[in-house]
Amino acid sequence: MQFFIEVLLGGLLSGVMYSFVALGFVLIYKASGVFNFAQGAMVFAAALTFVGFQEMGLPFPAALLAAFAVMVVLGIVTERVVLRPLVNQPPITLFMATIGLTYVIEGLAQGVWGANVRGLELGIEDVPVQWLMDSTGIGVSTFDLFGAGVAALLVTLLALFFQYTRIGRALRAVADDHQAALSIGIPLQTIWRIVWAVAGFVALVAGLIWGARNGVSFSLTFTALKALPVLILGGFTSIPGAIVGGLIIGSTEKLAEVYLGEYVGGGIDSWFPYVMALAFLLVRPEGLFGEKHIDRV
Amino acid sequence: MLYREAGQFKTSYAADQQIFPIRQDRIGILIILAIAFFAVPMLFSEYWLKAILIPFLIFSLAALGLNILTGYAGQLSLGSAAFMAVGAFASYNFMLRVDGMPILLAFIGGGLAAAAVGIAFGLPSLRIKGFYLAVATLAAQFFIVWLLTKVGWFSNYSSSGVITAQDMEILGYRFVTPEAKYLLVLAIVVVLALLAKNMVRSSVGRAWMAVRDMDVAAEVIGIRIMHTKLLAFAVSSFYCGVAGALYAFAYIGTVEPEGFSLDLSFKILFMIIIGGVGSISGAFLGAAFIVLLPIALDVIVQQWLAGVLPPSVSSNLQLIVFGGLIIFFLIVEPHGLARLWQIGKEKLRLWPFPH
Amino acid sequence: MSGRKIGDVILDLQNISLRFGGVKALTDISFNVREHEVRAIIGPNGAGKSSMLNVINGVYHPQEGRIVFHGEERRKMEPHKAAKQGIARTFQNIALFKGMSVLDNIMTGRITKMHASFLEQAIHFGRARREELEHRHKVEEVIDFLEIQHIRKTPVGRLPYGLQKRVELARALAAEPTMLLLDEPMAGMNVEEKQDMCRFILDVNDQFGTTIVLIEHDMGVVMDISDRVVVLDYGKKIGDGTPDEVRNNPEVISAYLGVAH
Repeated sequence: MQFFIEVLLGGLLSGVMYSFVALGFVLIYKASGVFNFAQGAMVFAAALTFVGFQEMGLPFPAALLAAFAVMVVLGIVTERVVLRPLVNQPPITLFMATIGLTYVIEGLAQGVWGANVRGLELGIEDVPVQWLMDSTGIGVSTFDLFGAGVAALLVTLLALFFQYTRIGRALRAVADDHQAALSIGIPLQTIWRIVWAVAGFVALVAGLIWGARNGVSFSLTFTALKALPVLILGGFTSIPGAIVGGLIIGSTEKLAEVYLGEYVGGGIDSWFPYVMALAFLLVRPEGLFGEKHIDRV
Repeated sequence: MLYREAGQFKTSYAADQQIFPIRQDRIGILIILAIAFFAVPMLFSEYWLKAILIPFLIFSLAALGLNILTGYAGQLSLGSAAFMAVGAFASYNFMLRVDGMPILLAFIGGGLAAAAVGIAFGLPSLRIKGFYLAVATLAAQFFIVWLLTKVGWFSNYSSSGVITAQDMEILGYRFVTPEAKYLLVLAIVVVLALLAKNMVRSSVGRAWMAVRDMDVAAEVIGIRIMHTKLLAFAVSSFYCGVAGALYAFAYIGTVEPEGFSLDLSFKILFMIIIGGVGSISGAFLGAAFIVLLPIALDVIVQQWLAGVLPPSVSSNLQLIVFGGLIIFFLIVEPHGLARLWQIGKEKLRLWPFPH
Repeated sequence: MSGRKIGDVILDLQNISLRFGGVKALTDISFNVREHEVRAIIGPNGAGKSSMLNVINGVYHPQEGRIVFHGEERRKMEPHKAAKQGIARTFQNIALFKGMSVLDNIMTGRITKMHASFLEQAIHFGRARREELEHRHKVEEVIDFLEIQHIRKTPVGRLPYGLQKRVELARALAAEPTMLLLDEPMAGMNVEEKQDMCRFILDVNDQFGTTIVLIEHDMGVVMDISDRVVVLDYGKKIGDGTPDEVRNNPEVISAYLGVAH
């Protein structure tokens, strides 16, 4: 039982990480209807840029700010060069464009900073929380807890931002109906730039935490792909969906790997989330929090 | 020779419904085929045949498969490479486990196996659309590669799932030289391309496009959506499967499941975006472009930028150029090279009096 | 109107109710359609007219009620089966296949009548080849009938609105339907185009004996061409009868003019 809880908790906490990445997808999808496949590449690029600045001798806060600045610039350039010329194209075209963007971002990041694997140090150790270990015998990593805390903080901040700022309201209006938002004078392009910048920030935070855990390497982009089944499960437009979806995917994936993996040769976490999300979709195509869609003809 | 339609009056619907209705197109295709079959094997070096033309043909076939599914039937797939893997491993096993299995039959078997798997992974398309489906096809990509790696039977229990394709032999003739392999691949690709062309100009092709353009209206007309979508998945996967078998048997020789990665799936997707979504010739143009581009980039980097750029940049430059081109094509010419070619022909028809 | 004779009831809708979640689109609606007649469905916006057509050919499945078509009783229709049984349809917002030519669009209309197997089509031999030609002949007849010969090879996306509506009618006619459902066939057309469309609809009814169920907003047109009219308002039936009967029905008048009574 203890072992089960340990695995479950570990899964839930790594699920939080998936939620992180999924959050970036949801933000951009809500505001612009773009399914941004490049979110994973942005996570990788953000982490690599941060490490790169640190290696150049910048202290932690400066490197963080500089990396954030780079992500903002990336967002603005993307809006200008990719999104604006493709406005009013079918969503699937934009989706394919972001696959192209993925390659560009990966190539640029590795071209500038080099492709070798780096460590990333946030100063938090990956050891079990002592008092919890002592009292219940369940090992939970301090680092994972820290990550979950940051996630909770970030989600709260975003929720406040959306709810109470002028930009947040404009953003929700755009998400609801582009045309209507435009017609009451909301500057769509500015909104998109802001959203991409915010998504860049989310990618940076995700990149730092993932990077500190597993090292900063190209494989980060694959980890980020795990956010896709999370999205299928939670729906593309729902922030709570991203969080809950992440938790479900994270925990079931770990449980499946531990309890089923040994019978089938292990490594099933590469596909298990997808198959689970698919099975779920067959039962409920609109996702956990999505609304049922009626085709009008 | 002038490209003119004038004077070619169709006096029957049969003439109007030929596979290539314009005479110059018919002649052009015959010339291309003649060159491909007779001149190319004589003129090109072994390196060209082995490293460029054979993979070009194989990727064309895979792109053709994806184009049937994505370009004609409108179902985006990110798992083409996985279906190639199924074709390669199935053909290998047919050769391995069935005594005296003819190689062509093994290829067909590989294609059929891929088609069956394609139908299975196409089932979600009945309930979900667009991005959701695209993401769902990633399940095929990861699951199949994992399965082929983990289940030893598929690779006859070799380490990490590596297989070495058997020799290709038809009626006692062994296809060993690059020329022979090239001609075999060419023949298979030409036949399958003609079949594809026939499909897309028949009622099955119209059903695919109808489902792509507006599925509710298609159903109201009497098209069975499920049947039509699954058929598209099956045919597309069959083509990818045969391409995968040729990839193993005629090109690489020794393959592992990991070789059929997500990256390869994306490459095939790029081929149809650049070549032309929903166009048979686009698959060939796109494949040629994607096969030649890295070689051209290498030459450029080595010739002119050798001292300027560090060697690691070359592979990253390739990523950037690939990605950039995709975005460029989607913005400037979403119908790809095939459309540019068509515009060129229309200009040529009117030349020299464009008004 | 010459020649044609209105026959027996071929479609009978009984107590149809349709809901989307909590929203009631249709409530307890019954009416029938006789063979060879022109039957109009009218009503203000949001009255449930399009939903009614969608129930008839199975795009929507009603929660309650029965549908009797050609003597066969059922809970609901299925779109492709409805097509097989001779029901064709046009849409309020044109639903053509935008990526295909006019000819290919109309050819899809004959899809239920083409039987060549997939493999025959791939080889383009025997039955497949023969069928393509036979059906092309039939399609060309429809093209002649609707006077759209000059645009047969044009991609439909490039055509003006009025012609697109006509191509959509052509696609429906190509199926040689026994019943044709038309959802606002004249919406957004100018007077001349409307006259053309009226003429085509009446010709279809007259020459082929096709039963026609149409939704239309233009009262003049409806009263001119239809044999019987059913009036819907807020998903309920408020009138049913000949144009004259409907015109003098006080409930119908109030629904249209908003007069309390």
